[in-house]
Amino acid sequence: MNLFSILKSLTLKELRGGLAVTGRYLFRKKFTVQYPEERAPMSPRFRGLHAQRRYPNGEERCIACKLCEVVCPAMAITIESAQREDGTRRTTRYDIDLTKCIFCGFCEEACPVDAIVETRIYEYHGECRDDLLMTKEKLLAVGDKYEAQIAADRTADAPYR
Amino acid sequence: MSEIRNYTLNFGPQHPAAHGVLRLVLEMDGEIIERADPHIGLLHRATEKLAESKHYIQSLPYMDRLDYVSMMCNEHAYVMTIEKMLGLQVPVRAQYIRVMFDEITRVLNHLMWLGAHALDVGAMTVFLYAFREREDLMDCYEAVSGARLHAAYYRPGGVYRDLPAQMPKFKGASKWHDESEIAALNENRQGSLLDFIEDFTNRFPGYIDEYETLLTDNRIWKQRLVNIGIMSPERALQMGLTGPMLRGSGIAWDLRKKQPYAVYDQLDFDIPIGTNGDSYDRYLVRIEELRQSNRLIRQCVDWLRQNPGPVIAADHKVTPPPRTEMKEGMESLIHHFKLASEGFSLPAGEAYAAVEHPKGEFGIYMVSDGANKPYRMKIRAPGFAHLASLNEMVRGHMLADVVAVIGTQDIVFGEIDR
Repeated sequence: MNLFSILKSLTLKELRGGLAVTGRYLFRKKFTVQYPEERAPMSPRFRGLHAQRRYPNGEERCIACKLCEVVCPAMAITIESAQREDGTRRTTRYDIDLTKCIFCGFCEEACPVDAIVETRIYEYHGECRDDLLMTKEKLLAVGDKYEAQIAADRTADAPYR
Repeated sequence: MSEIRNYTLNFGPQHPAAHGVLRLVLEMDGEIIERADPHIGLLHRATEKLAESKHYIQSLPYMDRLDYVSMMCNEHAYVMTIEKMLGLQVPVRAQYIRVMFDEITRVLNHLMWLGAHALDVGAMTVFLYAFREREDLMDCYEAVSGARLHAAYYRPGGVYRDLPAQMPKFKGASKWHDESEIAALNENRQGSLLDFIEDFTNRFPGYIDEYETLLTDNRIWKQRLVNIGIMSPERALQMGLTGPMLRGSGIAWDLRKKQPYAVYDQLDFDIPIGTNGDSYDRYLVRIEELRQSNRLIRQCVDWLRQNPGPVIAADHKVTPPPRTEMKEGMESLIHHFKLASEGFSLPAGEAYAAVEHPKGEFGIYMVSDGANKPYRMKIRAPGFAHLASLNEMVRGHMLADVVAVIGTQDIVFGEIDR
């Protein structure tokens, strides 16, 4: 060890350097996002809670082709279908088990009529397992509530898909 | 003096420094470790077995969940195996996008490693700074795939969607930030995703310098890492170590150079190697890899700017047709339905493809009997071999050094237990 390195060690040079870095941050402007009031940016491609959409005339889009059910890697979707009185094919049961879902977005990719979509909603909770089973009514309700945002996101991403 | 028996100590599975669910049975002589016996399998999810009952695309999201801090690299190995078996050509733009995101993933992984390793050893601050940069990169992940972690973005034949022309922005003033402050936060988000990534690559070397100021010369950091967990080059090869663990021992082995995949042979980068093979060398190697990854990302951004084009192969027996085509053309609709329901079949045979994962060589070995599901899929996880060398690395060290060695191995249990 030469004199220079002993001096460097005695004066705690490298520790002062580290403290200078943290010290600079102490007085710098904070960039923290204060969560409940503020949100981090979110992409139109975001894959959150599912929703079922309707056509503008109020008719549900889903035609019970069961493509989402068969493509789902986690087998989280259960569909039963029947003919409605007017002769169209509709689902009588459309369940997504959120405890199984891995949010890969394949159901949305597979859907030929853009009925099942993944929305920007990520803050949901359930107090029991039942709450995390999205039935057809719940999915349609989410879709009705957020249709404007869902449609805007699909439009934004349409050129890429 | 009465005879003292070795003490057996249970470390984990719920230990914050065990990086997941590692259970170590340590045989101690006082505070010196005589033997370390890792017990694994607590995070076993049977990914390999599950893959046998799913068609090829369906297993893709499960690849993200193997090594859950380097998601897209896992996907890359998986899609490369399928492409190898099909003999499928991937568009060049897709390959550049893949390389760019592989390198972003490497930065994400090394930042996570750096933060967690420093935190284990006792330096809190780096963790916070590393996560600040991770936040920017995860925004890139989200912008491109819709998920911050489990992207499911690569597809056999390319990538799912092209890079977006707009970066998502912060919205609305609140009691915390007024309009001008929000505008300042949005400053680097005005352009496309590529602009944002370029801005990041401009800032990032400065951040690495900060981490280095905090750690590299720090005497406590050096006391905890220098000469801890030494791995000789010969022994490292024998144990099957790969990635920074091998390069830290001084062997210049990197699949990106040795058997270039995607477009790595057209890009300019160096591979750092260590000299002593101790934890400190591995730290230096990974820090230098951060800088090299930054260089690679920069080159990809420049190329991608100038070369628009398709991002997925046009062979619709394997890749889904674009949505507009699917809605208008009967043939495309049939392709779409076939791909979603039945998937595609690989020719009978077997293939192995590996990528230079942030942790080492991550490979997928696939055996197909010609069906639309793999007959057998084997995952070659680098962490498994690294964990196997843990016993040798900690023997003779103190108890507190176990934490440093686990940190330096960059263990993630998603891939070890599968």
